[in-house]
Amino acid sequence: MAVTLPVPPFDSPAATLQSRPPSAVRRSASWPDTLFSVLAHAAALLTLGLLAAIIVALCIGAAPAIREYGLSFLTQSEWDPVQNRYGGLVMIYGTLMTSAIALLIAVPVSFGIALFLTELAPAWLKRPLGTAIELLAAVPSIVYGMWGLLVFSPILSQFVQQPLQRVFSGVPILGELFSGPPVGIGLLSAGIILAIMIIPFIAAVMRDVFEVTPPMLKESAYALGSTTWEVVWKVVLPYTKTGVVGGIMLGLGRALGETMAVTFVIGNFNQLKSLSLFEAANSITSALANEFGEAAPGLHQASLIYLGLVLFFITFVVLAISKLLLGQLRKREGALA
Amino acid sequence: MKTSLLRWTVAPALVAGSLSAAVAQDMTGAGATFPAPIYAKWADAYNKATGARLNYQSIGSGAGIQQIKAKTVDFGATDMPLTDEALAKDGLIQFPTVIGGVVPVVNIAGVAPGKLRLTGQVLGDIYLGRITKWNDAAVTALNPGVALPDAAISPVRRADGSGTTFIFTNYLSKVNPDWKAKVGEGTAVNWPTGAGGKGNEGVSAYVQRLPNSIGYVEYAYAKQNKMAFTLLKNKDGNFVPPDADNFKAAAAGAEWSKTFFQILTDLPGKESWPISGATFILMHKVPEKPANAANSLKFFDWAYANGDKMADDLEYVPLPAEVKTLVRKAWTANLKDVALTSK
Repeated sequence: MAVTLPVPPFDSPAATLQSRPPSAVRRSASWPDTLFSVLAHAAALLTLGLLAAIIVALCIGAAPAIREYGLSFLTQSEWDPVQNRYGGLVMIYGTLMTSAIALLIAVPVSFGIALFLTELAPAWLKRPLGTAIELLAAVPSIVYGMWGLLVFSPILSQFVQQPLQRVFSGVPILGELFSGPPVGIGLLSAGIILAIMIIPFIAAVMRDVFEVTPPMLKESAYALGSTTWEVVWKVVLPYTKTGVVGGIMLGLGRALGETMAVTFVIGNFNQLKSLSLFEAANSITSALANEFGEAAPGLHQASLIYLGLVLFFITFVVLAISKLLLGQLRKREGALA
Repeated sequence: MKTSLLRWTVAPALVAGSLSAAVAQDMTGAGATFPAPIYAKWADAYNKATGARLNYQSIGSGAGIQQIKAKTVDFGATDMPLTDEALAKDGLIQFPTVIGGVVPVVNIAGVAPGKLRLTGQVLGDIYLGRITKWNDAAVTALNPGVALPDAAISPVRRADGSGTTFIFTNYLSKVNPDWKAKVGEGTAVNWPTGAGGKGNEGVSAYVQRLPNSIGYVEYAYAKQNKMAFTLLKNKDGNFVPPDADNFKAAAAGAEWSKTFFQILTDLPGKESWPISGATFILMHKVPEKPANAANSLKFFDWAYANGDKMADDLEYVPLPAEVKTLVRKAWTANLKDVALTSK
């Protein structure tokens, strides 16, 4: 059975309009129509224009750094404002790593939340719990940052990092992964804070798309003797995968771009000393937020703008990959049908 | 209906017209965040005294320098003075306004404020990641009788570019040759170790949060948060605490009569605090808006005369009287067109 995605009936309003006989009312309403059409076109063009303008501005701003370093900027880890030498590897690594940790944690948790809310929760609990999760999304990011620094990172340090270090000290790879000063500041805490921040987004989207699964499909599966898990895994998830991937990408986009919360807990350390999860690091957004105000004009500023351009590119690639992924999924559906 | 409409449109226009006289009195400045509270306080008092208004945007020293070079403001403010050559190149003059100090602060269980003694060499080695434990021989030798734990030091420093960092690294470069060779000085440097906090508040939050940490903050932050500051050995070999008198002593040790390009680190003087610094104003010698420039000068002249008490209240150190005299002389010498003619 091919599961077709619900296609919003885009053509229906037009159809009803056309079916209506032309009347005096319709003619006199044509100037608002024109105006509306112009405005809508202008809004769309404005977005495109802004996007182009941002890219152009970033490229012009980053030009000195691009001329100086070219693509080696992406592989150099030295960031030395005194010697005027810049490389973006530390920040790029930090951005990708914290976002990866965040997704690794947030996706299963969000899936669980959405699953619970749509399939398992008693009716009286659904609304308050759903609202509570949506409220999490409304907390300003700086609050997460301060909470992360003052409350969460001491807990992480005392109850996670130090025991892990005791257990794995001397173990070749794992010991290295958990090394670092026992302060609870670094990649892992930034990743966990990011995960907490993006869970509401992913969970809300997942819940919404799980809810649109036609009850008939689910009930048919139950009638055939499926367990709840089988219904979710084999009916709900395949039916909603576009929405689920979309939700995850929304979360990833937020994680890549998050600034304030990350800057509080990541340690803002521009050296790649070890690959430890507990080592202080830096992210692109955090470096930009911290250094832009005092960056000397010239190479320092250009390098920061170059970093911004790289982040723009990373976000673009993430979007492109998600589109490709969805395209692939759809194609496979076509094959099945 | 018509008349009320008229009233609503004309009345604001009239108000705006009467305000424009006051607007002409206004001046704009931008730059360093460190002196922003005192400039705000001075501006408020000056506004009450004269009606003139100052619009000061604390966007950072580097941005302040850019803004004044681009002539978008009447004066720029910076914690990192420009050299005389740099000033000459852009036709700027520079003068100090208030003095402050950068203070190392620690969070070690059982170590009270002012109990730990450090030298510039040791401080540099800690930030280089060479001295990693509080009970390192180099630290204990300076602190007989102070119980120092066998614990790793967590150095904390500014993550954002900052005049505070400039003063701090300038000091370390003067007193620790390895620091000078490996890291150097600047508003942002390539820190070999340590976690970075954003702003003075970020660093003080980190230090208060992390056991066995050390950081550096503006004096006002250390004092207001009652943090455990350290004593530092100055050029004359005395261990001195950071306080207003010792910052003043450092300012007295500088040769202001030669140039206002003075970084008040590691200066001679029995009481002199080794990490002191002045904060500076930059103005064009030939300003685009002479009236605004004259207003700005009048404002600072007024602040020199009336602002010392306010500076004290906010834990800044006013300039010594002789430095103020030198600044006023520099104004009349360099800003002939705009100098305090109306005074």
